[in-house]
Amino acid sequence: MRPSLRTLAIAAVATIVTGYAMVFFSAPLDVEGFVQKIFYLHVPLAICALVGFIVAAIHAIRHLRTNDPVHDARAYVSIHLSVIFGVGVLLTGAIWAKAMWGKWWVWDEPTLVSFLIVFLLYCTYYPLRYAIEDRERQARYSSVFAITAGAFVPLNFLAVRLAEPLIHPRTFSSSGGLPGEMMFTFLVCLAGMALLWVALVRFELASKGAKADLGRLRRALEGEDRPPAPARATIAPAHVSMLRSDDEAARSPRPPGAV
Amino acid sequence: MSALGAILGKDLRVELRTLRSLPAMALFATAIFISFRFALDRTSLEGDLAAGVLVTTILLAALLAVSRLFVSESEEGGFDLIRLAPVDRTALFAAKAAALWIYLAALELVAVPLFALFFLDSGAGLLPLVAVLVLVNVGLAATGALISTIATMSTARDLLAPLIMLPLLIPLVIAASGAVEPLLDAGGPGYHHFGRWLAVLGLYDLVFLAVGYAVFDFLLED
Repeated sequence: MRPSLRTLAIAAVATIVTGYAMVFFSAPLDVEGFVQKIFYLHVPLAICALVGFIVAAIHAIRHLRTNDPVHDARAYVSIHLSVIFGVGVLLTGAIWAKAMWGKWWVWDEPTLVSFLIVFLLYCTYYPLRYAIEDRERQARYSSVFAITAGAFVPLNFLAVRLAEPLIHPRTFSSSGGLPGEMMFTFLVCLAGMALLWVALVRFELASKGAKADLGRLRRALEGEDRPPAPARATIAPAHVSMLRSDDEAARSPRPPGAV
Repeated sequence: MSALGAILGKDLRVELRTLRSLPAMALFATAIFISFRFALDRTSLEGDLAAGVLVTTILLAALLAVSRLFVSESEEGGFDLIRLAPVDRTALFAAKAAALWIYLAALELVAVPLFALFFLDSGAGLLPLVAVLVLVNVGLAATGALISTIATMSTARDLLAPLIMLPLLIPLVIAASGAVEPLLDAGGPGYHHFGRWLAVLGLYDLVFLAVGYAVFDFLLED
C-alpha cells in the first residue's frame, strides 16, 4: 500500500532526526576526528542524488514507451531534486576536503570530481527543457536526455576513477569498511535521506498536479463566465460537480511503481 | 542501408560543393594551436601537455561541425521528408554519425600533421595515434549526432549543443588524453595503460551508439 504523503513526511523527519541524533550522541569518533561526522550527511546525499538520476532515467524510458506525461513529470522532478541534493553533496564535499586536505577543492579525489561532472551535465537539463516550446516534444526530448545522461553516470565514474589515484575514503572498502556501530548509524542516515528524497519528490509532484488542476479549473471558469448573466445560475452547479470530479481524479490510485 | 547511403552521400556531396564545415574546422583548429602556443608560452610540447592540446583542439573543432550537422535538415525540411519516407529513421542517425566521423577524420588529416609540425620533436607517436583517433571520432560522432538533433529542434540551438556536449564528452577526453599522453612522450612513444584507455574509449563508443540507436526514433516523432 502506498503511504500517504503525511505519513511519508513524518517518517522521513523521524528517521533523519534519529539518524543525526545517533551521529552526534552515540556513533564513535573516527581517527579523522569530529569532521568525519560530515560523512553521515555527504555520502547519503550523494547516494540519493545518484540513485535519483538513475530513477529519472527509468521513468524516462517508461515515458518513451507509454507516452504518458506522468512519467515525464516524475523524471523531471527526480532530476530536479537530485540536482538540489547535488548542491548539498558538493558543498559538504568541499567542507570535508578543506578539513582533511586543507583545500576547498581537490582534483585527485575521483568520487567528488565525477560527481561534479555528473552534476554539470544534469544542470544542462533545464536550459534544454525550457528551450523546446512544444509540450510533447519537450517531454520526449527531456526523456531522451535523461536516458543519455543515465547511461553517462557509470561511464563517467569509471573513467574518472581510472584516471586518478585512490585517496577518497572508501565507505565499504577492502580495508574493512565501517565498524558495526558506525555502519548502523550510516544506514539510518541513508534511510532518512532516501525517505526525504521520496517525500520531496511526492510533494513536488502533488504540487505540480494541484497547479495543473487549478489551471484547468480556472480556464474552465473563464470560458464559462463569458455567457450573459442568466446563464450563471445554471453554470454554478456544474462548477461544483467539475470540482468534485477533478478532486476525485486527483485522489485516484496512481499506477504501480510510482515515486 | 540504402537510405543510410543516400543520406550520407547527400551530406558529403553538399559539403564538397559548399565547403561550409571542413575549412572552418581546419582554420579553427589552427587558430587554437596558435592560441595554445602563446597561452602556454611553449614552442614544443610533449606528454600530457601535448595530449591535452591535441585532444582539446579536436574536441572544440568537432563542436563546430556538430552545431552545423542538421542545419540543412531543419532549414530545408529534411526532417519532414525523412518522416514521410518509408525508411527506418535510425538511418538518419547512422548517416549523420558517419558523416561527422568522416569530417573529423578529414580534419585530423590536416590538424595532426600541423600539430606535429608546430609542437612535436618526433613523429614516432603518430602512427599508434591513429587507433586512438578512430575511437575518439566514433564517440564524438555518436554523441554529436544525438545531441545535435536535440539542439536543432530547440530555440537555443547554438547554445545548447556545446553546453550539453562538453560535460558529456569528459570521459572521452579523459580516456583519449590517457591514451595519447605516453604516445607523445619526449623519449619516444610509450604504451603505459594504452590498452586500458582504448578499452574505455571503445566502451564509451558502444554505449552512446547503443543509446543513439535506441532513442533516435523518438526525436523524429511529430
